Amino acid sequence: MIPISWYLLLSATLFCLGVVGFLIKRNLITIFMSIELMLNGVNLSFVAFAHQWHLVKGQIFVFFVMVVAAAEAAVGLAIIIAVFRARATLAVDRIDLMKL
Amino acid sequence: MHLVLFIVFAGFCLAGALNLLLQSHPINSALSLVVVMSSLAVLYLLLGAEFLAAAQIIVYAGAIMVLFTFVVMLLNAGREERTLGSRAAKLLGFPAVTALLAVIATVILKAQGLGSVALSDPITTTEELSRVLFHELLLPFEVTSVLILIAILGAVALARAGDGERRVGK
Repeated sequence: MIPISWYLLLSATLFCLGVVGFLIKRNLITIFMSIELMLNGVNLSFVAFAHQWHLVKGQIFVFFVMVVAAAEAAVGLAIIIAVFRARATLAVDRIDLMKL
Repeated sequence: MHLVLFIVFAGFCLAGALNLLLQSHPINSALSLVVVMSSLAVLYLLLGAEFLAAAQIIVYAGAIMVLFTFVVMLLNAGREERTLGSRAAKLLGFPAVTALLAVIATVILKAQGLGSVALSDPITTTEELSRVLFHELLLPFEVTSVLILIAILGAVALARAGDGERRVGK
């Protein structure tokens, strides 16, 4: 028997760790992983609130977030491969021009 | 029992997330993200979401992370270089993130009427979930299949872009 706010606090902490990772990491792939971490943190609070209000739609929202995350991962990683072909580096400090 | 399970897997979750930030090699970060996602699946089970727990393992810890590790290996990504990041990110970013966390935590802790979770709570079965999904939310569900199709086409088009340029060059 534990309060639901613990789950919400864990979710907020995961989200903030994702934001910190987005800020401090210098590798394109790791930055992308931080975004996934943020998505997972938000999903946890969706599930917690779905449990709180006994609503199924909260869980279905998580399902849709997963679908979007899968699509995002596929397209994002393809973009990363394209960037790597053009630049031969993954360090974001060196990918600072729109032009090739 | 519930408390023990929550503390153990929330601890795994936070440790994995911290490890993701501290590791300098992308493959180590990817593997710690797998730990985070798998322990989140257990937390979903504790909250009574059995379908989501299975989907979390299959889609997130399985498919998406395989894609990540595959790309890390394909691009032969090495250790991250320690560069001085943008000064603005350090001066403004970290206080802003801390403030954000503090605000959210205060709101959550002060909220009234938040219930509690017990192991004896009824779980949401896949049947209930699919009944809502395929009756009320059929259109959004179909739209996501189009979204996935577009994502597949986009990924293929982006990954083949180099090929096309070479052909134009000839």
